[in-house]
Amino acid sequence: MSKINGTFDSRLPLDVKEKLKSARVAIAGLGGLGSNIAVMLARSGVGKLLLVDFDRVDTSNLNRQAYSIPHLGMWKTEALTQIIKDINPAVELETICTKITTENATSLLGEYPIVCEAFDKPEQKAMLISTILSECKNTIVVSGNGMASYSDCNKIKTKKVTERLYICGDGVSDIEKGDILIASRVLICAGHQATKVIQLILDDE
Amino acid sequence: MVAINGEKVQAQGKTIGQYIEEAGYNKDRVVVEINMEIIPKDKLDTIILNEGDSVEILNFVGGG
Repeated sequence: MSKINGTFDSRLPLDVKEKLKSARVAIAGLGGLGSNIAVMLARSGVGKLLLVDFDRVDTSNLNRQAYSIPHLGMWKTEALTQIIKDINPAVELETICTKITTENATSLLGEYPIVCEAFDKPEQKAMLISTILSECKNTIVVSGNGMASYSDCNKIKTKKVTERLYICGDGVSDIEKGDILIASRVLICAGHQATKVIQLILDDE
Repeated sequence: MVAINGEKVQAQGKTIGQYIEEAGYNKDRVVVEINMEIIPKDKLDTIILNEGDSVEILNFVGGG
């Protein structure tokens, strides 16, 4: 336990550890994408995470989200805080239990250089991306779009859309068209998003 | 002609909102970029497409 200092991986070069430790990432939505992105970034030693969600943990979340039975009924922000503290207590966490809207998105997230869009509703995804990209000129958005169904995982890609927008997913599978959500495919999309975040942190020029 | 998602389309003179609806998109589920600039949702019905504009319409789907 004496080695707990934010990153356990002793093979990481010091400059990599330092960059990760000083990074700040906001995660908007703590469902299948967001909860798993947060856990992965915490494991990698990202220094500070902002976790935003308005919902409580429900049994219907257990098929793909990072929560377990003891978390049922808790606010997702609280449950995820517990999970992350048990993985990497050195991560600094800020939590906001509210619904993100056009009106509050900039004040809640605009201070963060990287925002992960991890909502499940397409209207919310579009709203957040439009708002952040037009109002927060120094923020990069990494979005998840299309991770439902059990079709080929290789259809899930990371695409650079603009200098400040990356979209991960297959772009087409849709729960509203009857596609199901399975953990293995949702986590691949979450993994794309988390990896893009790490690239942005480590390759910043 | 206007380049929309890489295709040349006769859409000059229309508002971007008009084009989006005619093309079958749901205005609440897209992010629109014209000439590399993100267009806020409340301006979709006022911005008119001009000859030579380059437009990207990003369509979002459900699941997360």
